[in-house]
Amino acid sequence: MPDAAEPGREARVVPTRLGLFLTFLQIGVCGFGGVGPWARRIIVEDRRWLDDRGYAEILTICQVIPGPNVGNVSVVIGDRFHGLVGSVLALVGLMTGPMAILLGLGLLYTWLGEIPAIDGAIGGVAAAAAGLFVGTALRMAERLKLSLAALAILAGTFVAVGLLRWPLMTVLLTLAPLGVVLAWRSRW
Amino acid sequence: MVDGWLLVDLFVTFARLALIAIGGMNSVLPEVYREVVDVHGWMSAADLADLIALTQASPGPNGQFVSLVGLRLAGIPGFFVAGFAVALPPAILAFIMSRAHRRLATLRWVRAVQNGLVPIIIGLILASGLVSAQAADDTWVKIGLTILVSLVVWRTTWNPLWLLALGAVLGAARL
Repeated sequence: MPDAAEPGREARVVPTRLGLFLTFLQIGVCGFGGVGPWARRIIVEDRRWLDDRGYAEILTICQVIPGPNVGNVSVVIGDRFHGLVGSVLALVGLMTGPMAILLGLGLLYTWLGEIPAIDGAIGGVAAAAAGLFVGTALRMAERLKLSLAALAILAGTFVAVGLLRWPLMTVLLTLAPLGVVLAWRSRW
Repeated sequence: MVDGWLLVDLFVTFARLALIAIGGMNSVLPEVYREVVDVHGWMSAADLADLIALTQASPGPNGQFVSLVGLRLAGIPGFFVAGFAVALPPAILAFIMSRAHRRLATLRWVRAVQNGLVPIIIGLILASGLVSAQAADDTWVKIGLTILVSLVVWRTTWNPLWLLALGAVLGAARL
């Protein structure tokens, strides 16, 4: 692997195919409420497949692609070490655990969801989960210290999608180019 | 007997959603509500909010709640069809990107795209919170809980799992 051979970088471990599958299997089942932080810790610190910079570069590419970030990370890392086979092994490893747990939960809910206490409990979790989104958005907005133009785009997205319920595609086609051009010119 | 066209419809709907899900499925919840509740009439907003809540309380990449929508509508085949629909198209894109440029992250335009999308993603997550709250909060206690969780997640580093558990207790008590 080119990364491991570069001078000035710590020696890194090249995973076997089985190791790739098993590690992503582990990442998949350990992250409650998002697997992102766990993935970095296991891949960079525990397994030493990549250094911090290598991981950050892959994550950056993956954030530009739609879909679950960690899913994209698994595909890119799998490809880097073992090509297409590696990508498939990493992605399948990542998805297997959560899908099995979710199928179990879903079937339980189908059978037991009519029980008033359970139905009520899930409704309560849903109310709390809504707050998770709002709190996460506020936290991100505050920490990033966005420019006025960026805040205007944030507000425009919220109003168009959240209040007016416009189709997402329309909003993205309008605001995404605007945001990218502004970022290109001002490097916010 | 599972309706084949329903499976096709599930696949196409969720694959399309996954391809515009910048920042992950959690940032496009308003679009999920629009498609599942308004466009297709597959279930009520409150039912969809319950399914999303179930996945919040389980491990793995978020966004897999669409598998539960598939399960509800078309049984176990629906579960897998919906799950593949959200996982596969972004994975194929990721593979193409991986092959196209090994050093993409250092290119200026990639950074411009990433930075330019950040405020949009935050706006989408905020909108997801609003739409979820409107679907889930049918009592004053639940509205209060949503606001409390928002403040705690914003202002503290407490583990949000405890708040989900508090929600379950309040909900079970029918508050």
